[in-house]
Amino acid sequence: MMNWFQGLGHSSLLLFERLGRAATFQIQVLLSLPSLFKQPRLLVQELYSIGVLSLAIVVISGLTVGMVLGLQMYNTLIDFGSEDSLGPVVALSLVRELGPVLTALLFSGRAGSAVTAEIGLMKATDQLSVMEMMAVDPVKRVVAPRYLAGVISMPLLAAMFSAVGILGSYMVGVGLLGVDDGAFWSQMQDKVSLDGDIFNGIIKSFAFGLVASWIAVFEGYDAVPTTEGVSRATTRTVVHTAFAVLGLDFILTAIMFGDN
Amino acid sequence: MQTNRAVEILVGMFVAAGIAAFFMLAMKVSNISAFTEKDVYQLKARFDNIGGLKIRSPVRIGGVRIGRVAAIAYDDRKLEAVVTISIERSHSRIPDDSTASIFTAGVLGEQYISLEPGGSDDFFKDGGVIGETQSALVLERMIGKFMMGTGAAKNGKKTP
Repeated sequence: MMNWFQGLGHSSLLLFERLGRAATFQIQVLLSLPSLFKQPRLLVQELYSIGVLSLAIVVISGLTVGMVLGLQMYNTLIDFGSEDSLGPVVALSLVRELGPVLTALLFSGRAGSAVTAEIGLMKATDQLSVMEMMAVDPVKRVVAPRYLAGVISMPLLAAMFSAVGILGSYMVGVGLLGVDDGAFWSQMQDKVSLDGDIFNGIIKSFAFGLVASWIAVFEGYDAVPTTEGVSRATTRTVVHTAFAVLGLDFILTAIMFGDN
Repeated sequence: MQTNRAVEILVGMFVAAGIAAFFMLAMKVSNISAFTEKDVYQLKARFDNIGGLKIRSPVRIGGVRIGRVAAIAYDDRKLEAVVTISIERSHSRIPDDSTASIFTAGVLGEQYISLEPGGSDDFFKDGGVIGETQSALVLERMIGKFMMGTGAAKNGKKTP
């Protein structure tokens, strides 16, 4: 019995210790962000490997999600003769929820796991220690550019996801199923508000970008420096980001859209 | 150096595409046209019952949208709902004996204010009050009236 309590206490202490390390690491990363102004080239390189290379999967997913959404919503709405509201239904669900959340999940799978594996392997092969020996701060040189690139990329990717998704549902709804072109856009413009829906969607994707990048760089930096440790850390990045994004999404939705 | 240039170009295109997506969401998808409040003037209308009317519901004349509901308040002296509507300045020639009614678009659609132009030569000015109004039709009340009406008709036939 006592052993059981000891095990519980041990694992909770480990959890709290890890949370504390994550928090101090986050502060350390934030403090080293200004040094990126001196070396913008590092940031550009990471924007390429995190943002540009994620573009294909985000755009293709956005297109298919939009097309499927248009098709399914049409089948339901046609029963009530209100297929003209296809535009607002698709736009609201994409801009408010699906765009930010799905982009964050794709992002952690495509870019977050790569960042964790990269930093973890650098640690396992002692590259980070070598940098420290050469008086180069690895947080400034390796972690900060990846973190900031993730934070910048996420809202851009989410906006592209939503925009491409709306175009996809337009192609299916108007092009294929015969929804009225004018009604599709005008109803959408009637129902979607700039500050209420689009700005909140951007704030959401920004928050997800912070969380996903934080988890990715921390898991890499905190990984056990072995082959197995790095692979575990990569898995943890994807799983923890999914939990964090979905939980945060519920809280943000309750705050933003709960009262109407 | 060459690869660096390619990377920078691709990053530039990525950022530009992201900004273009924001721009499209803002201009094409959202109601930014309603935000650039052109010139509007406001009228007030009093209703016994506004049904499901909401702020930002459309105001129409002859089916054409000319404005929106700006505010809804309750006057507890006169026990009426006071609806403030803002109408685009370009539609300033609305006769001041026009009537306002609350209609529903379709059976289950949203509710809107329809203005029926009167015959007066004078037009509404900013802050004017629409005198004649017709409240929203509440479905339950109509069904109630209908049932009472048929009941009364039956009774009326029986009594003589």
